[in-house]
Amino acid sequence: MPFLALYAAPRLVSLSPVDLVIVVFYFALVLGIGWYLRGRARTGEDFFMAGREMTAWIAGLSFLSANLGSLELMGWAAAAYQYGILATHWYWIGAIPAMLFLALVMMPFYYISRTHSVPGYLKLRFGESSRALSAISFAFMTVLMSGINMYSMALVMKVVLGWDIHFSIWVSSLTVAIYVALGGLRSAIFNEVLQFILIWAGALLIPILGLIEAGGWNNLKLQIAHNASPQYTHLWSTLGSFTDNPMGIHWTGIVFGLGFVISFGYWTTDFLVVQRVLSAKDMRAAEMAPIIGAAFKSLVPFIVILPGLLALAVLPTKLTGETAAVASGGHSYNEVLPLMLARYCGPGLLGLGITALIAGFMSGMAGNVSAFTTVWTYDIYRALINKDGSDHHYVNVGRWTTIVGVLISVGTAYLVMQFASIMDYVQALFSFFIAPLFGTVLLGMLWKRATGPAGFWGLLAGTLSSIGMYAWVKVDHTALRYVALSPNARDMAENMYRALWSWVVCVLVTVVVSYLTSPKPESELDGLVYGVTKIPEQGKYPLFHRPAFWATVVGIAFVVMNILVW
Amino acid sequence: MKNMRRELPIWLFAGISLLVNGVLITAAGIWEIVHPPANPVVLFRLHASVWWGAVLLALGLFFCIRFAPKREP
Repeated sequence: MPFLALYAAPRLVSLSPVDLVIVVFYFALVLGIGWYLRGRARTGEDFFMAGREMTAWIAGLSFLSANLGSLELMGWAAAAYQYGILATHWYWIGAIPAMLFLALVMMPFYYISRTHSVPGYLKLRFGESSRALSAISFAFMTVLMSGINMYSMALVMKVVLGWDIHFSIWVSSLTVAIYVALGGLRSAIFNEVLQFILIWAGALLIPILGLIEAGGWNNLKLQIAHNASPQYTHLWSTLGSFTDNPMGIHWTGIVFGLGFVISFGYWTTDFLVVQRVLSAKDMRAAEMAPIIGAAFKSLVPFIVILPGLLALAVLPTKLTGETAAVASGGHSYNEVLPLMLARYCGPGLLGLGITALIAGFMSGMAGNVSAFTTVWTYDIYRALINKDGSDHHYVNVGRWTTIVGVLISVGTAYLVMQFASIMDYVQALFSFFIAPLFGTVLLGMLWKRATGPAGFWGLLAGTLSSIGMYAWVKVDHTALRYVALSPNARDMAENMYRALWSWVVCVLVTVVVSYLTSPKPESELDGLVYGVTKIPEQGKYPLFHRPAFWATVVGIAFVVMNILVW
Repeated sequence: MKNMRRELPIWLFAGISLLVNGVLITAAGIWEIVHPPANPVVLFRLHASVWWGAVLLALGLFFCIRFAPKREP
């Protein structure tokens, strides 16, 4: 596994006393917030849904922050160095349209149904079996992913700072466990907002100084064309053929696989992010939150992709893959963000940059843990094990589940330390559920004819088809020409097409089974499905306060940005 | 739970964080001007620690003042 190879590498940077003070102050502050909020999480609504009283800005920044993990930051900076500006697709077409769709089309149904979770919505729309399938898969995959991220981050800390791997795992995980168990979702959200601000404060200086050193954007493009290839600074013009771009991908995969199925699946049905929006204080705030998240998401490439591109121009040494880096004693792609941090940041700024990485890791982990806790308590424990507990009982179960969830994550981290290949399998497992779940939720919300059995069988068939395609390519690599439409397709292209086909299977099975089974009466679909739900009036607001207006602004900015780097 | 005292806004915590970081980073930057390091970072001449720290400090100060708890009349 690439990250295992990093284990033996020497440290990249050394922290000064002022850097350490900044890092320690950060830990003290997040624990202080958890302690301060401990008395505000006494009911189920408070603990699991933050009292449903978050403003649009808090819910929106938290919505984005839960997704801004450190591995995401470092991984996509590395991808930008390796593949060029194509990596931006994961931030723009791979996020913005889906976030706007969530805001304007899906959020009203999530919000009006007063569900606690996405599996909870499936229960209301399709019945208990769909909820059970979705909840069990989500809960276990979430907590396992949390462990994998924890291990990977500890390894990064080992490489960058020389910190002991056990120290990193236990200190960071216990900190998250304490503040989430004390203050529930409210504490997780407060800390995510703080972490979001620190990530920007710590990372924004790198592209600013990098552009100064490179002599501006036009000079940067010239240097990248000289050091790598002119293809590296074009977002769309090289996607006409699988062989014309460094990622080995075709525009159909980007548009339909990433931009439609994967992106919509993740941003509209992954409870890790949707939970933050459900905590909004009213429906207008719930609609505005993903729009605010989308606006900031469109800017994230400036602190992630641009540093990777700048490294192509300004770093004196060429970065390589892990194996070559270990063999030559050089640096790998994965180290590009810490290398750029060390290049420009002296004492103090370095501490803030490292704090940004730690904050990113903790916000992602808190997101995983709080989502796991809610789904376990409401959709598994209360639904399948103990239906008649008091609200106080479920809050206690939630607190203990937080601790247990973190301990399972720690256990997963140690398991991955022994058997690194588990990491690949769990990440693949997680991807199996996202695309079909989007098919099920989308049909559930927009098509009143979809029936309960159809929801379950569609979800199951989509998931099994995804697993089947993954296994087929593993056993026979030539199957790639069928699954990904080209024998030249790389892993990322395969993931996108697999997601697309599994979504198609889910939708087809859901439609066929729906016509073979009896539909629910319309009276039972009120508040759940488009066409039979009266969306409540939100009052008369001026244009500048309307979600549709801001969604249009973000949508126009999205189109303009894509054209600028076409 | 509704009769509990008013909750401190998250923006106040964000302000405290920016303020403390701003003070520490600016101070570290000024220290480096007075005592230049043997191996300076690239673009050291721009003294990014000083002005970036000052930006964080100013933002932190604004958030702390704007969102400080007010005494009830």
